[in-house]
Amino acid sequence: MKIMQCPLNGPRNISEFVYGGQVEPMPDPQQCSDKDWASYVFYDNNAIGIVREWWQHAPSSYWFIAERHNASDDILRTYDPGELFSERVDFTTGENEP
Amino acid sequence: MPLGLLKYGRGSDYPFERQPDLPGPRELKKHYDVVIIGGGGHGVATAYYLAKYHGITNVAVLEKAYLGGGNTARNTAVIRSNYLTPEGVRFYSASVKLYENLANEFDFNIMYSQRGQLTLAHTDATVRAFRQRAEVNKHFGGRTEMIDRQSIAELVPCLNLDPAQLPVLAGLWHQDGATARHDAVAWGYARGATQRGVELHQLTEVTGIESAAGQVTGVVTNRGKIACGTVIQAVAGHSAVMSQKAGFPLPIVAYPLQAMVTLPVKPFLNPLVSSSALHCYVQQTSRGEIVIGGGSDPYPLYNSRASLPLKESLIASAVDMFPFLSEMRLLRQWAGITDMTADYSPIMGLSPLKNYYLDAGWGTWGFKATPICGKTMAELVASGGEVPTLIQPFTLERFDHFQQVNEMGATAASH
Repeated sequence: MKIMQCPLNGPRNISEFVYGGQVEPMPDPQQCSDKDWASYVFYDNNAIGIVREWWQHAPSSYWFIAERHNASDDILRTYDPGELFSERVDFTTGENEP
Repeated sequence: MPLGLLKYGRGSDYPFERQPDLPGPRELKKHYDVVIIGGGGHGVATAYYLAKYHGITNVAVLEKAYLGGGNTARNTAVIRSNYLTPEGVRFYSASVKLYENLANEFDFNIMYSQRGQLTLAHTDATVRAFRQRAEVNKHFGGRTEMIDRQSIAELVPCLNLDPAQLPVLAGLWHQDGATARHDAVAWGYARGATQRGVELHQLTEVTGIESAAGQVTGVVTNRGKIACGTVIQAVAGHSAVMSQKAGFPLPIVAYPLQAMVTLPVKPFLNPLVSSSALHCYVQQTSRGEIVIGGGSDPYPLYNSRASLPLKESLIASAVDMFPFLSEMRLLRQWAGITDMTADYSPIMGLSPLKNYYLDAGWGTWGFKATPICGKTMAELVASGGEVPTLIQPFTLERFDHFQQVNEMGATAASH
């Protein structure tokens, strides 16, 4: 059984966690080109190596960040997103604006 | 008994000259017109059609391990065309048609067996989706229809129609569904290609790609450099890693896909059966083994290890469908690395480099496309970059324009 270290709940079975995609800076949807937005949506860092990812501990709905090697599956570090994000990321789609 | 036979039985020599299916290893040349990276089904199929239809034989297929040893050997060999989008159905139908005559064309038995594929619906929403798929398929000449519980029971008497509180409501019966021996497909293409002058180089890994002014000039391998006119990458599982060597990214995420097989038993299951809700498909091979496959691993990984959670969930679903399978012994479990795209369709055709063509993003749907993929990629190379109509929807650029070919519903867990 593979164990993941949850920053909130401690070591838990990996089956309790849900993968939520890579941590990538979001371009401003109002200002960026279609190509930049496509790059944000479709293109991950898929080189073999260490990747930084969003994970959720499903029973407690707690989101955190994990650094994992995408070939050996070693989980190197897990931490609260507060380490990377100091404020809430908001965006508008533009559809609701006059 | 003829005297000759008796003599042969006592002797140690085989009385007939027998040509080996593939020529032995040889030195790499300095230059090839076409270099194909990846000696799996797709790579050798492309080489075969290049030589057969276009007379292009100064071709090298470079394989880092051995012929057909990657995802060609790891898939579960389902051949079908009951997809959802017109683009997908047209493309995969053309592949099914080529498969039907492949053994004859090769003079090599690929153990092609058209037994039909049955997909089960357990919810109203799935029934609606199946109706649409049946209509799209019929429109493009495929044999696909909706069938009710009674017909399903007649078709597969040993199937449990009420698995895990998810009663089967209806089925999508795809008569063109088939299976074949995957090694034989790769060997048939490789034999046909090498007989026509193509060189297959196994244990030859491409470590770098050299380009100048937006054009590939050569590839670097563990056996030295080669100059080349055109390069095709057909490296399922590592497409994004290879494209980075060429200097551009691909919108692909690699997930492992696990499958398993039991010890062989007498034939009892003719069609290939898959369940949309249990994320499981079950089929019996020509050798009698029961192949069990399902959905991908829950998170991305470049690793073909097998895991216990997947083993448990796959077996649980398979036993739900066929309760007596709980008595069977498992022979092996394995994984392949699948190049998943966001829309569950391949990426074929041109790349940012002028003479570098893509055959990538084959996720969990690559084996069934082997013949048509080889044929269309060969056309693309022979025409010097004119993309055949059949594969135009699968261009890499579709992601930049948000014009995906969404096959997720028709692909997930039914392969």
